[in-house]
Amino acid sequence: MSSFDEINGPPSVIHPLPTGGPPPLEIHDMTVAYHKKPVLWGIDLVVPQGKLVGIVGPNGAGKSTLIKAVMGILPLSSGWVKIFGASFKSNLHRVGYVPQRESVDWDFPVNVMDVVLMGRYGHLGLMKRPSKRDRDIARECLDKVKMLPYANRQISNLSGGQQQRVFLARALAQESDLYFMDEPFAGVDAATESAIIALLHELKARGKTILVVHHDLPTARNYFDMLLLLNMRVVAFGPTDEVFNYELLQKTYGGRLTILSEVAEAVRQKGA
Amino acid sequence: MNSLVPPFDLQQFFLGPWNGDVAGSNFWIVLMGFLVTTACGLVGNYLILRRMALVGDAISHSVLPGIAIAFLISQNRGTLSMFLGALAAGIVTTVIIEVIHKKTRVKQDAAIGIAFTSLFAIGVILISIYTSQVDLDQECVLYGEIAFVPIEPPVKFGGVVLGPLPVVRMGIVAALTILLIWVFYKELLVSSFDPGLALSLGINATLVHYALMSWLSVVVVSAFESVGAILVIAMLILPGATASLLSDRLPVIMGMTVVHAALSSILGVHLATWLNCSSAGAMVVMASVLFTLAWIFSPHDGLIRRFVFRRFLRHEAPAVAEIS
Repeated sequence: MSSFDEINGPPSVIHPLPTGGPPPLEIHDMTVAYHKKPVLWGIDLVVPQGKLVGIVGPNGAGKSTLIKAVMGILPLSSGWVKIFGASFKSNLHRVGYVPQRESVDWDFPVNVMDVVLMGRYGHLGLMKRPSKRDRDIARECLDKVKMLPYANRQISNLSGGQQQRVFLARALAQESDLYFMDEPFAGVDAATESAIIALLHELKARGKTILVVHHDLPTARNYFDMLLLLNMRVVAFGPTDEVFNYELLQKTYGGRLTILSEVAEAVRQKGA
Repeated sequence: MNSLVPPFDLQQFFLGPWNGDVAGSNFWIVLMGFLVTTACGLVGNYLILRRMALVGDAISHSVLPGIAIAFLISQNRGTLSMFLGALAAGIVTTVIIEVIHKKTRVKQDAAIGIAFTSLFAIGVILISIYTSQVDLDQECVLYGEIAFVPIEPPVKFGGVVLGPLPVVRMGIVAALTILLIWVFYKELLVSSFDPGLALSLGINATLVHYALMSWLSVVVVSAFESVGAILVIAMLILPGATASLLSDRLPVIMGMTVVHAALSSILGVHLATWLNCSSAGAMVVMASVLFTLAWIFSPHDGLIRRFVFRRFLRHEAPAVAEIS
């Protein structure tokens, strides 16, 4: 590991530990590999409670992989992950997940209500069907994302933004304390985008911690309290104001000019 | 005049199968067909939803070496050894497909093609080498012989004759299939729709996958004798595919799968009586006729509905243009 530290120069920006209670997410020296090719190297991360964290980085930086590895969907090559001070398995109910919209088959024969009720499955035992209370919670969650009128709609008849809102409603129905969202803003309309933002802030106000994989740099600065700049390694992690600067973003994105010019523009706006 | 197809006689077609002495055996054939198609169709629904129809194809073939090896070891054609052989074959096939797919650059569809043809060929070799010891007819293994079902030894329970052994066995498998789907409905649904969410909820999607494949092997091996390795694939896919054209709610699709099973087995026996042909083949033909009818008449997305909708659009289009 030491050789990597040398290559990458000065240490990453680390946010101070939160006070009181175990942190929602703690990652120590996590390495993840696909077909023996490492995708994430020696990730160290402590996410404080009640923060809205954006995960940004170029394509192939391992943003989705980070989430999947933390949730045990992908195996770790080394290191460990703690959720609220314990293993992921023992704290399953405290974690909510919104996968990428394209990861599921939207022709699946279920309606909107069925999908949101899946979020309640973690609270139901074997052979138990969703109760009236579960349905009430699901309706409430649908209402929050303004999708209640579509509750009985077949999911293939939804627009991209509506699909995303159904996924968010399902995550809300999980009633978790820590959320992982994989590109919830990808390809959604403006109305959905503002609905998602409002929802994220409401969750945050209730003390929830949210990690969001995000691909659009200019908006990342406005959306999140903290940013995790990722490119196989943690390039920087800290309050958005501290880490959203040209030097660190250039380090994250390397020599990709088109993105860099966007970054330059975004940084200039920040200065103005 | 010598015609290719026997002349169609309405009375013969509708009443033929239920006349006199053939009625008894036709009852068992219809019941067997119904049980096979129900069990296969219900499991098949999940194969379709998981886009794994080809895996069903693979397992139905690779069950052959499993049965042959089980037979060579146990030296009998008992139900238990057959089930164990099929179960082992099903799991081995699933593992081989996964390993080839994950550890090489070969894609999953090609991996399936490699796994099941290799295992099926091993089965063919085993049966032809030990043909004197193995009481398995290759013809029967491939095409099945549902006509022999009524003359199989009957099963008695507490002095009551329940029916021929294959029918009773298939009945138990079909009932267990329904029970398992009822018990694990949530787990099957969420791991089929969104494996990522399933894992985050603590549902082991890999375990569900292997359990489904194992049960598929059990269903296939019990259906095997009556419909054979090739036709069983039709029973896995056709009922679910037909039902999915008619509804977009999973519980309704499950119900329609059972209705499709009943219709195709009854109509199959009628067709077989008229044409004097293989009952299993006739059942599959009727199953695909039902699929075609659903395709044409489906209120959701049928050909007629689409045609009407397009006509409607064409007439409406100018009106819309005028408004804007």
